[in-house]
Amino acid sequence: MAQLFAYITYKDGVADDSALELIEAAKKIDAGADVTAVVTGSGGDLDTVCNEMAASYKEVIKIDNEALAYPNAEVVRKALLNVLPADGIILITHDTFGMDLSPGLSIKMGSTFVADVVDFEGVDGSTLKIIRQEYGGQVTTHVNCDISAGAVINVRPGVFQPDESKGAAGGSVTDKSGDAGDLTTGRRFLEIVEAEVGDVDITKSEVLVSVGRGIEDEDNIEVAEELAEAMGADVSCSRPIVDQKWLEKSRQVGTSGQTVKPKVYMAMGISGSFQHMGGIKGAPFIVAVNKNPKAPIFQLADVGIVEDILDFMPELTEKIKGM
Amino acid sequence: MEILVCVKRVPDNEENEIEVSADGSDIDRSDIVYSVNEWDNYAVEEAIQLVDEHGGSVTVVTVGDDESDEILRREMAMGANNGLLLKDDAFNGSDGKGISTILKSAAEKGNYDLIMTGAQADDGAGQVGGMLAALLDYPYASLVNKVEVMDDKKLKVGREIEGGNQELNEIDLPCVLSIQTGINEPRYVGIRGIRKVASVDIPSMGASDLGLAGDAVGDGAAKVKKVDYFVPELGEGAEMLEGDTDEIIDKLIELLKAKGGLK
Ligand SMILES: Cc1cc2nc3c(=O)[nH]c(=O)nc-3n(C[C@H](O)[C@H](O)[C@H](O)COP(=O)(O)OP(=O)(O)OC[C@H]3O[C@@H](n4cnc5c(N)ncnc54)[C@H](O)[C@@H]3O)c2cc1C
Ligand SMILES: Nc1ncnc2c1ncn2[C@@H]1O[C@H](COP(=O)(O)O)[C@@H](O)[C@H]1O
Repeated sequence: MAQLFAYITYKDGVADDSALELIEAAKKIDAGADVTAVVTGSGGDLDTVCNEMAASYKEVIKIDNEALAYPNAEVVRKALLNVLPADGIILITHDTFGMDLSPGLSIKMGSTFVADVVDFEGVDGSTLKIIRQEYGGQVTTHVNCDISAGAVINVRPGVFQPDESKGAAGGSVTDKSGDAGDLTTGRRFLEIVEAEVGDVDITKSEVLVSVGRGIEDEDNIEVAEELAEAMGADVSCSRPIVDQKWLEKSRQVGTSGQTVKPKVYMAMGISGSFQHMGGIKGAPFIVAVNKNPKAPIFQLADVGIVEDILDFMPELTEKIKGM
Repeated sequence: MEILVCVKRVPDNEENEIEVSADGSDIDRSDIVYSVNEWDNYAVEEAIQLVDEHGGSVTVVTVGDDESDEILRREMAMGANNGLLLKDDAFNGSDGKGISTILKSAAEKGNYDLIMTGAQADDGAGQVGGMLAALLDYPYASLVNKVEVMDDKKLKVGREIEGGNQELNEIDLPCVLSIQTGINEPRYVGIRGIRKVASVDIPSMGASDLGLAGDAVGDGAAKVKKVDYFVPELGEGAEMLEGDTDEIIDKLIELLKAKGGLK
């Protein structure tokens, strides 16, 4: 079995939740394997994270270079290429950084790439057995992946639950900064532009009426607003609603939008993609209304209703108003 | 600026409820409506706007079959200047790397300053753009939600990252960008637009035209292989409220009251 690596992402010296999830993912590939954490960056934050990771990973590789101070995937790719063995199995979180880094990394490594993995069913010879979803989670597939020349595997964040009894690995940190090589690239990081603040802060809302593509038309947004008003809730939405400019970006729930923590979340005509559900925290009571009885959201919600939201919402509004 | 945009014909997520076929070998393709991958329309729109402003031309390319002709025409009706269909039995069964290898050969036949893909397609991989860039040895940026031409050698691009924040980068041309939805508002294509391009000749290229060895792509070269589709056994799932709408609403209101959902 090839060596397993986990690339660690962090911000302001604090490792992402996924840093420990990758250990659990690796265990599903090979229960006995020792996974090596790989941390890149520059200066104090990097050292803090390396030490934090040594509590959970037996081995930590540190790559320190000023060019890595901001995790520009193009630069990180070059560093990893020079430091890691080509036939290794490299686990990376499937977020906006992993999506940027991994496909190209696999090509440069000459290894195999699989995106957005939700589960593993072990290794059979040189075949890694993987489970993925397609069509926004509507169907699931078994995938066989030839890992004889190594692999880059992007793991969906949030699916592998980290072991709570962490912190006893007593790992050591190895400095491989000297191997990073030339890190000049054709893409240079400039700055981060923070998301705009909108009229309503949905991250503070206790009850959300959230609309998805099932709302069908801009004029129907009003129907959701009326329901929200009757309930004393705020209106939020999925990404396609913002893409069409029917609601402001600040109303978007999901990984590339806001993270909300309401008591009650009403998902109206939302299919339940992981990027949307990833923005809902704090285990709220989720009510899903969807006309497709097989919509993935019904696996994730507490209460499901198979109805057309354009008929259902006005009726619900009327009843609540009449109470 | 010469721009190549990669587009894919996929089952339309909005028009279809996707289900596993009876034998589990595929999704159920009876009565499926196909269209251009949602992300690709944003890429084509962005390319057209860049050419409108800076000159040049837009070529749309797909690895597909005879049916894929219709999506190339649709994108040409939007305003793309040329279409190119990459089609060969030898391409069947390609994995992401195979598709990228085919597209790379096609890209090298032209003289493109900029290549665009969608951020992801029907199977949610989001891999072809990054692989294509690496194969061509071009710089890459994914999830792009802003493109600005700085001069004829570089662009300023915004990437959408977590929380709706934007990461600004400078990137050298030629490069590959994968485009995120919401970057623009793709123009509407009417029947008349489609009719205008109905008889335009769309060239098609196969493995030998592209100088591709038969074993470099297709099923034989694929290291990632789909075994089957299935319905996973998940947890309990939602409690489904049933009955007529009135009853459902009464039950729901009780639940909402109990959970603090009504003020
Ligand atoms: C990098 C990246 C980041 C992303 N970030 C986000 C994010 O932050 N937030 C987000 O939401 N998405 C995000 N997405 C997009 C995400 O993958 C999905 O495409 C999106 O969440 C789908 O939105 P939806 O559920 O509204 O639409 P769809 O998936 O199209 O679902 C619409 C649902 O409505 C149902 N429906 C249709 N009509 C009716 C009706 N009349 N009555 C009842 N039900 C009806 C349908 O059955 C379907 O289930 C991101 C994608 C990428 C690649
Ligand atoms: N068969 C194909 N032909 C042309 N472009 C493709 C093809 N498959 C994927 N792409 C491009 O790659 C993007 C990402 O797709 P994927 O990597 O399959 O998720 C799509 O939005 C297209 O731009």
